[in-house]
Amino acid sequence: MLSVGLGHYLTLAAIIFTIGIVGIFLNRKNIIVILMSIELILLAVNINLVSFSIFINDLSGQVFTLFILTVAAAEAAIGLAIIVVYYRNSGTIRVEEIDRLKG
Amino acid sequence: MIAHAIVFYIFSLIAIVSAIMVTVSKNTVNSVFFLILDFISISCLFIMIGAEFLGMIMLIVYVGAVAVLFLFVVMMLNVAQQKNEWFNSSGTSSHIPIGLLVSIIIFFELIIVIGGWKYKPELLDSIAIEINTDLTNTQSLGSVIYTDYILVFQLSGMVLLVAMIGAIVLTYRQRSGVKRQSYFKQISRERKDGIELVDVENNKGVKIDA
Repeated sequence: MLSVGLGHYLTLAAIIFTIGIVGIFLNRKNIIVILMSIELILLAVNINLVSFSIFINDLSGQVFTLFILTVAAAEAAIGLAIIVVYYRNSGTIRVEEIDRLKG
Repeated sequence: MIAHAIVFYIFSLIAIVSAIMVTVSKNTVNSVFFLILDFISISCLFIMIGAEFLGMIMLIVYVGAVAVLFLFVVMMLNVAQQKNEWFNSSGTSSHIPIGLLVSIIIFFELIIVIGGWKYKPELLDSIAIEINTDLTNTQSLGSVIYTDYILVFQLSGMVLLVAMIGAIVLTYRQRSGVKRQSYFKQISRERKDGIELVDVENNKGVKIDA
């Protein structure tokens, strides 16, 4: 319990990943919070990669974490731009009112 | 070792609590603030575990750029007043039990994988780039990114460029009725476009077409 190992970090990543998924499933009002939940999920993946990289002494995990950071930033920018355009066209970003595809 | 454990538990507790607050808080601005807190505590964990460069980059990219972007959009769209109720009253909450069930199943699957997992014995021999403890983390990452992973690095630059152009193209709007300066029109304007010489009769004056 007192010596923090790889399992602790993986458990933390699993908990944050699950919270992100809960945020996506249960949020019905605001699509920006869904984007933030996606950021949480990517953060959990980053925790996994970094902790594996440290504990098996291989640097390539950290390199790929850097690339995931890049992709996450690009994704946030594009997603927010799409939200802004959608709000401009339809006047709402409430999740339950975005039903143009009738899904 | 005990101090390490205590710091780990404190930071991970803060991270988990703020992650929960991101999803449940009623106000979107508060969600963004808790997202910032989450990223800060995780980057502290990264720095503690020995990945200093990534921790710092995480502070710069997420707290400095992405969170400000989120705040900006929240401010622009006037959704701060829209309450973020997930137990809403309109009766369409039948998805909540199923969503909870699926997330709990995902969580236990992850926990089972973590609990019953071992290194493959060949793995420790097949390490691609070993961490050199003589160099700093930043130095060793830099020596890898610009040599072995140069193509992927360039490609991630392309991803950022495409994202930038895409965001500009998506949000660009041509407004009607806004007067703009046109250098071409200004420069190519000639004397006969602007000046007309009129012979004025005495005591008559000039009629000007408005």
